[in-house]
Formats: sequence, C-alpha cells, structure tokens
Amino acid sequence: MSTSPKRVIPIKVERASTLSPADQASVGAICERLKTLPGALLPILHEVQGALGYVPDDAIPLIASALNVTRAEVHGVVTFYHYFRTHKPGRHVLQLCRAEACQAVGGAALEAHAKRSLGIDFHGTTADGAITLEPVYCLGNCALGPAALLDDQLQGRVTCDRFDALVAAARKGV
Amino acid sequence: MSAIKIYVPRDAAARSLGADGTAEAILTEAARYGISVQLIRNGSRGMLWLEPLVEVETAAGRVAYGPVNAADVPGLFKANFTSGNAHPLAHGLTSEMPYLKNQERLTFARAGITDPVSLSDYLQHDGFRGLRAALKMSPADIVAAVTDSGLRGRGGAAFPAGIKWKTVLGAAGPQKYIVCNADEGDSGTFSDRMIMEGDPFVLIEGMTIAGIATGATHGYIYLRCEYPDAHKALNEAIASAYSEGYLGADIQDSGKRFDLEVRLGAGAYICGEETALLESLEGKRGQVRFKPPLPALQGLFGQPTVINNVITLASVPIILDKGAEHYRTFGMGRSRGTLPLQLAGNIKHGGLVEKAFGLTLREVLYDIGGGSLSGRPIRAVQVGGPLGAYLPESQFDTPLDYEAFAGIKAMLGHGGIVVFDDSVDMAAQARYAMEFCTVESCGKCTPCRIGSTRGVEVIDRMVSGDNPVKQEVVLRDLCETMVHGSLCAMGGLTPYPVISALNHFPEDFRTRKTNALNA
Ligand SMILES: Cc1cc2nc3c(=O)[nH]c(=O)nc-3n(C[C@H](O)[C@H](O)[C@H](O)COP(=O)(O)O)c2cc1C
Ligand code: SF4
Ligand code: FES
Repeated sequence: MSTSPKRVIPIKVERASTLSPADQASVGAICERLKTLPGALLPILHEVQGALGYVPDDAIPLIASALNVTRAEVHGVVTFYHYFRTHKPGRHVLQLCRAEACQAVGGAALEAHAKRSLGIDFHGTTADGAITLEPVYCLGNCALGPAALLDDQLQGRVTCDRFDALVAAARKGV
Repeated sequence: MSAIKIYVPRDAAARSLGADGTAEAILTEAARYGISVQLIRNGSRGMLWLEPLVEVETAAGRVAYGPVNAADVPGLFKANFTSGNAHPLAHGLTSEMPYLKNQERLTFARAGITDPVSLSDYLQHDGFRGLRAALKMSPADIVAAVTDSGLRGRGGAAFPAGIKWKTVLGAAGPQKYIVCNADEGDSGTFSDRMIMEGDPFVLIEGMTIAGIATGATHGYIYLRCEYPDAHKALNEAIASAYSEGYLGADIQDSGKRFDLEVRLGAGAYICGEETALLESLEGKRGQVRFKPPLPALQGLFGQPTVINNVITLASVPIILDKGAEHYRTFGMGRSRGTLPLQLAGNIKHGGLVEKAFGLTLREVLYDIGGGSLSGRPIRAVQVGGPLGAYLPESQFDTPLDYEAFAGIKAMLGHGGIVVFDDSVDMAAQARYAMEFCTVESCGKCTPCRIGSTRGVEVIDRMVSGDNPVKQEVVLRDLCETMVHGSLCAMGGLTPYPVISALNHFPEDFRTRKTNALNA
C-alpha cells in the first residue's frame, strides 16, 4: 500500500458492531485482565472463544485496540490457527480424529458415517444446532482409536454405533 | 479396618473408555456392601488395551483388573475383588504383568503408581531428589551431567540436550527462558500426554533443574489445546509446587527463582516446530523462523531460550538423582538411555512401553504388541509421526536406534509406532501425507505450500490410471524439490512417507483398490 501523504484515502463508514452489549463487555473484561501478559494474544483469543464459543469478527477491533496492534494482525492470527472459529458453533463441538493411527482402525469409515448421519461436512453445524463437526489431527488416544473429543471429553474406540450413541446423548443433554 | 485403596486412572485414555463411570460404580457398590474404600485416581500404567484398569491394594501388592466397565463392578464386588480375589478380569499383581515387568521405566518410573497431583506422594516416591542434587551443584556441573548422560532430544531431532543447555548457560541476556514443547502433534504419540497427566511433577522438576542449570528464571509449557486433561493436571501440580516452595522466588530456601506457567496452542501442527512455537508464544502466527539465530541465543522475545520436548525435560530428574552414568548404561550406540515407545493404530496391545534403545521393531510389534488388533497380517508400520517413513515387513528387524533408522531413510522421532494391517491402501496413505502438509504448512515456502497440493493431485492421477509412468516421474521430482527447497522438516520430510510408500508398496499405486477390506 502506498504511504504517500498526497494520496486521498476515502473514509469508509464502519458498520455498527453486531456484538451484544454483554458480549462486548465480556471481551473487554478479558482484554483488560490479560493484556499485560507477554504474548497476550493467544490467551485472550482462548478466553474469548471459551466465553462466547467463537471469536466474532466484531471482537477483533476490541482486542486489537487493547493490545495496540492492527486489526489485520489479530485477524491474521485468528485465521492461522485451526482451533479458533469465527462463527458461532452448535451446542456441542465434536472433533473427530483424522490422523494415521485412527485411520488404521477404521477412522475413514467413521468420518464418512459421521458426515452422512449428521448431514453435514467438517466445520458444519447440524440443522437443529446441536452439533458442530470439526476435523482434528490426533488427540493422543492413538492406541484406542478411532478417537474423538466431544466438548472437553475424550472418547476412544468410537465405532459407528458408539458415535450414534454419543450424538444422541449430547442431543438429549442440552 | 482401614480403608481399602482402589486405583482408577484419571488418564484421558482411560476416561475415554469410561473410567469415571467405573470409579462412580465402585463407590456406589462399596457403600452398598459397607466396605470402606479410598479411591485414588492414578495415572495410567500404560497398558491401554486393558483400560479402565482398576487396581486393588492387597498385602501382597496391587492386583489388576481390566478392562473394567461400570457394568462389571457389581460382579467384581460379588467376587470379593476388594481382597484381590480371582475373577475373569483379574491379571494378578500389576507389577508382575509381563508387559510392565519387561519394561525399563526411568522417566515413567512413577506413572500409574502415584496420585499424579499429590505432592506428598511424589516426595514419597523419590520426587525432587534430582532437584535437591542440582541445588548443591554448579550450573556447569548440572549441564555436564546432562551431557554425560547422553540424553538426546526426544521431540524428534535427537539433538544432545546438554549441548543446547551449554549454549544457553554461556549466553548473556537479561532474561532467559525454559520452554517446554508439549505440542505433541505427531499421530501415534501420547507419551507427553501420559507423563503430564500421570506424573506432572517430574516435568516441573526437570524444567526447574534446566532453569537452575542455565540461569533461566521463567518457564513456559506450550501445551496443545487438544489435551484438556493434561492442562488440568499440570495446573493442579503447578499450584501445589508453588504453595510448597518448589516453584517461585526462593526454591527450597536456595535463593534461586523459577516461575512456570502453561500456555495453550490452538491446533496448528507446525507450532510443534520450535521456532514456530516461539512465534506462537509471542502471540503471533506460528510461522517458522530462519535460523540462525539459534533459539538458544535469541529465542523467546529475543532472549536466550532452552526449548526441549516434554520427555527430554522429564528425563532430567532421574539423571541428576541417579547420576549420568546410570542413565547412559541403558541403550545402544549413540542412543543412550530409554525411549518411551507408543504402540498405536492396529495393534492388539497398544500402550506405552519404556525400553532402552536397541530393541528391534519386530520384537516390539509381536512380542510386546501381540500383533495386529484385527488379527490380520501387519503390512506397514509408520514410525516417528506423519513425517516418518512407512516400513514394510522386510525392515522390521531394524533396531530402535536413531542412527539405524536414519540409515534406512526413516526416523524414530518421538517414538510413535503406528501399525497397519493388510487392508491398508498405501497410495491413500501417501496421499494423506501430502494432504496433511497442505493443511498444516505454515505457508512460508512454495515447495511446501504449493508442492503438497500438487502432490495430492499427482497421486490422484496416478491411481486413476492417467499416464501413471509419467506421473511417477513428476511425483518423485516434486518430492525432491520439497526435500531440498523447504525451510523446515514439514515440507522437507513429507516426501519420506510418500516415497517410502511408493518404493515399498508400488502395487497400491497402480490401480485404486475398490474395496480394500474385501481385497
Ligand atoms: C513440523 C515439525 C513439528 C514438530 N513437532 C514437535 C512436537 O510436537 N513436539 C516436540 O517436542 N518437537 C517437535 N518438533 C521438533 C522441534 O522443532 C524441536 O526439535 C524440539 O522441540 C526440540 O526439543 P528436544 O531437543 O528436546 O527434542 C517438530 C519439528 C517440526 C519440523
Ligand atoms: S517447509 Fe512448510 S512449514 Fe516449514 S517453513 Fe516452509 S512452508 Fe513453513
Ligand atoms: S491418531 Fe487419532 S488420536 Fe492419535
């Protein structure tokens, strides 16, 4: 981009933030609490996603100004890491392991079953808003694959039947 | 009568098969029978195919039962298992089970035995003896002990730990750091996870010793966010280490300071690479840095930094406690000490096996692992994670030794052994290796970022029969470019699984198997 002082930069009117006042307050409080940590951006993003379930686009300016960095920098970090998501997930997040040790015990068949039975692809959310399906590359449960992480609970030996049972229980739970 | 001690692991793998439910059922049944029970949530013993593995303390020692599901618990009480009685799920004394008995547990000496977050348990089982020894030594002597032990980095590159520490000791800087690489991204590996969940104090102790040895007063554990259980165990252990003066401003009245905190990764395999990890800790995209400068001289926030794998650091306390000589008596050639192997994938007895270097792969697969889980012949084994070569049966007699593996263009890496039976489609595995590289490349160099995408396409054309001879030439050429034109091992080693699959299993690349399982 040119930095010539003569260039006229058109003013773009910002659209209003779509974050609710409560969410704005919560992002603000997280930034306030963590911004002095060395390397604070990842801890902040983790807490924002922990609180809101995702990192909304409209949280980025708040975080950028708290850390005194550009929005582009924050955006660049958010999009670099697979774990951070910019859209609201379903009530439960199901991460399915795609890596080799799970492939060796039927991981690919489970993946196909998961997508078919939920009617979504990876990163999608079921129509009833219950489950978001995410790929993950190893969960450290490689002797007991296929493995999955349902919210924060690790699952092992996930056969198609066990998968269906897990999903049904999650749907009933909340 | 005093309460009967019953152990049910809190390890994530055990919990993934219902250990919490088992523990709950034990408490319920004990109450029903009026038996007084002390339930201890220990780490896993590493016999993962028997999880949840329940142990009962008896006069003769701990007796193992497994796998115990919640539904098995009433039957166990009926058979009076609280006295260590016979039952179809009983395995006798845990310490006499061959899988465990034949291991050489140095780093994992306590794992599965103690309550992982009990500092008093840790102390009762020789904990902090290495630190106590180190506090009486000069930094240079601590570094010399680590060098003499022959300990090499367990994270993949096998660089001598003592030499790295020496560089940091000799470097000047206002603030030095110890960074623990707990990103454990390799498929088929879980030893970092198991030590962090099963004996977190040993990592804290190892990092503290590293701090004292190099003059670093602040440590970070960069933990992958896929490990919530390890996160919890580490935070609990760190809190009690602080409250008992094993971390903080004045460690055990020595006047030495060491602070430690856990930072979470965010699902990027490349952040296991040490310089990408440092970028990530600094709050940036995890992009690989050019070297030099070495992280030892200009690492985290530009300061001298030791960065070591979890197992490397967790192996330090026993070296300081028992002496460098003791540690180096284990192993072969230039691979000294023990390696915690992880048996994974299609294997009957999957789990953690800590042994001195030198065993052959065949011994591990059949004598320890019991062959494949499916009962079908083992066709291929991938050692050393997603960047490791696929080995065919003809290479199973290779000893587990860094140099022996390098000699066959393979790598031992972090010690993960992933087993595939004869239903595997090796062209699909080669394609996956390229695909993984497209997903996880940091994007800095073209051969890695773009080459991997081209690799997927070329393999697709090859197996669809589209001019396969020409495609193979292109694929080999592309791999050559990736090996030589990549800044780090992500792009530089992705060709290893691809080319090894192609060389050893060329038949799989000729025609797409229509139904692998019926082949
Ligand atoms: C793509 C890539 C991924 C890596 N992932 C890890 C990892 O997850 N854990 C680890 O300890 N080392 C990993 N390494 C190796 C580190 O770069 C580095 O060698 C290691 O942290 C040094 O510690 P050590 O000497 O104790 O092994 C990786 C390297 C590369 C190139
Ligand atoms: S080889 Fe790949 S991962 Fe490594 S620096 Fe280059 S682009 Fe990044
Ligand atoms: S490969 Fe699936 S859990 Fe490790």
